[in-house]
Amino acid sequence: MLKQKTTEQIKAATRKTESGSHAFYNNPKYRAAIYQALLIFGLAYFFFTIISNTFDNLEAAGIKSGFGFLSNAAGYDVLMSLIDFSSTDTYLRVFIVGFLNTILVSILGIFFATVLGFIFGVMYFSTNWIVKKISVIYVETFRNIPLLLQILFWYSAVLATLPGPRDSLSLGEAVFLNVRGLFIPKLVGEGGSILVYLALAAAIVGIFVLRSWAKKRQDATGQQFPVFNTSVAMVIGLPFLAALVTGFPFVIDYPALQGFGFRGGITVIPELMALTIALSVYTGAFIAEAVRAGIQAVPHGQTEAARSIGLREGKIMSLIIVPQAMRVIVPLLNSEYQSLVKNSTLAAAIAYPDLFNVFVGTALNQTGQAIETIFMAIVVYFAVNMFISFIMNRFNSNVELVGR
Amino acid sequence: MIKLSSLIVGGLAAGLTLGAQAGTLDDVKKRGTLSCGVSTGLAGFSQKDEKGKWSGLDVDVCRAVAAAVLGDANKVQYKPLTAKERFTALQSGEIDVLSRNTTWTHTRDTSLGLNFAGVVYYDGTGFMVSKKLGVKSAKELDGANACIQAGTSTELAISDYFRENKIKYKPVTFDTSDQTRAGFESGRCDFLTSDQSQLYALRIGLKDPKGAIVLPEVISKEPLGPVVRQGDDQWFNIVKWSLSAMIEGEEQGVTSSNVADKLANGKPGNKRLLGGEGELGKNLGLNPDWAYQVIKQVGNYSESFERNVGSGSPLKISRGLNALWKDGGILYSPAMR
Repeated sequence: MLKQKTTEQIKAATRKTESGSHAFYNNPKYRAAIYQALLIFGLAYFFFTIISNTFDNLEAAGIKSGFGFLSNAAGYDVLMSLIDFSSTDTYLRVFIVGFLNTILVSILGIFFATVLGFIFGVMYFSTNWIVKKISVIYVETFRNIPLLLQILFWYSAVLATLPGPRDSLSLGEAVFLNVRGLFIPKLVGEGGSILVYLALAAAIVGIFVLRSWAKKRQDATGQQFPVFNTSVAMVIGLPFLAALVTGFPFVIDYPALQGFGFRGGITVIPELMALTIALSVYTGAFIAEAVRAGIQAVPHGQTEAARSIGLREGKIMSLIIVPQAMRVIVPLLNSEYQSLVKNSTLAAAIAYPDLFNVFVGTALNQTGQAIETIFMAIVVYFAVNMFISFIMNRFNSNVELVGR
Repeated sequence: MIKLSSLIVGGLAAGLTLGAQAGTLDDVKKRGTLSCGVSTGLAGFSQKDEKGKWSGLDVDVCRAVAAAVLGDANKVQYKPLTAKERFTALQSGEIDVLSRNTTWTHTRDTSLGLNFAGVVYYDGTGFMVSKKLGVKSAKELDGANACIQAGTSTELAISDYFRENKIKYKPVTFDTSDQTRAGFESGRCDFLTSDQSQLYALRIGLKDPKGAIVLPEVISKEPLGPVVRQGDDQWFNIVKWSLSAMIEGEEQGVTSSNVADKLANGKPGNKRLLGGEGELGKNLGLNPDWAYQVIKQVGNYSESFERNVGSGSPLKISRGLNALWKDGGILYSPAMR
């Protein structure tokens, strides 16, 4: 009897708690939603307060704010611009000019750093003692010296000691190197030159077609095709043929000494050279280490297995080792490339007109609108690095181990 | 939970205010030192010697304000700033006064939340070229490369000048004036452009000062003066009148050596300036001997000018526009009464 009562009591109690647990705030789903809503509200309130407070304070301090200044004339000139620019153009155009200069030095830096990194990374595995030591010395030297110091070294100690325009170092009276930069002839296309460019484009498309055809044929028949040699012949031959047909529709614009310096041709300013060299050499040292790590991550058994089926050493590297090493190298490359883009802001130290220099530097100072200009620069560097990440992740999924 | 987070938010937001708007005088007195923004090193205006002691015309303005407010011209903490950093440092409250060869322009005065408290040196943009070039006028500089300091009004002035004259140039803009000098010396640029006073200062720093000449053209007005934050009128007045006290000192013939005598036996004007009569100091919220301390410890304008940039210095700049109004210049202090 007593026992029965107790059971009933327990049952009742259980029912009670069950009905309690049915309250919406005890439902884990709702509960999570409520907390998240609260968090979002809290964050929104937080940022709203910061932003409105900042603008109130700016106004109270009599400091102009807003993005209206972007449509005002900048009133100053920029050393180097990939698009037309004069001092009557707007701050927005200064922003674009700086952005393009940042992209230019980043692309050049990434390209040369990758080339240097792969060369020195592979050199480490050379059986030649000297070659191996050169790789070690390169990595250890440039990885351990601060980048700013290297930039200043190339700019102030190397390029600034070159002779003046009148005593330029020259190569066949066409290429000149002096303290003002590197002056190279420019190929100016006339009517008909479009055909040559088209031929070059066709050659590049042709290489991809050829590659996939050759691969299919090899898979099917086992016969190989000299893809590399044919590709080189196509890239050189097709545009050359087109040029022959159209009768060389090009004029070469040679740089010539005139007035204070050289005019005509293409000018590579020393600031760009110094920054590109420093960024490439510095980042190249890190990439060399990434390449070394990648190659060492491939078990030696792979090499032995490849040898046992009779592959030549060169083929072992290109067909067996490197594709497997890429799985390790690519994620490391991603962060090296991102660092390079961020490090390019050190341009301000040597007057290279990158985004940081012409916009966060001069534009900020001329307008006094620190918050806006710095915000815009942050967005740009963020976006560029997200883009690099996106590309490298795509590339990474191509080289990743595919599970079957 | 919500209460706590809104407290945090409120606290953070309150912390994000842009520095105190008023009460700079109290802050300085409490701190016991004046925080003064100067250049990273410019001969004659603000430079540090090997013992770490600052001197120069701009530095003397800092010292004058410290003497007026704290009674001791040495109680200054100098903050070396590049041209690009200077306004932000003042806006954010990191410094109390900016005395860094800064040009008084309409835009800066009206849109940066700052006030210019007077003119220490009337300057203008000029050109320095290597003698070897054989250039006699700036108009011959078509196609030349220019070394300029980034974030200065020079960048704007030179752009206008070349556009007006329909000639071209390439600006190589560096962060500091030392870098512009290095660029000029290495031959990266054909000419260096800056305020004329700076050109003279940079020239004596060259390896071969005689190999460079300053062209006669002055292409813009560059009145240089101390700057304070907008919205603190008392502090604005103190800086303005500390500078005026130096100029007024020269007008009245009060120097650092005769200041005690002038206070005791001088004309009524001398006594009013030096705190023997009237309430000038009290009206500024300072001690009656504020101007006395300025002139005693720093000197009048003429003493400071000659010591730093004039005949007593390697720069040997003549007074020119910076002479008193009665000596053919345009230097003029509002009435000290």
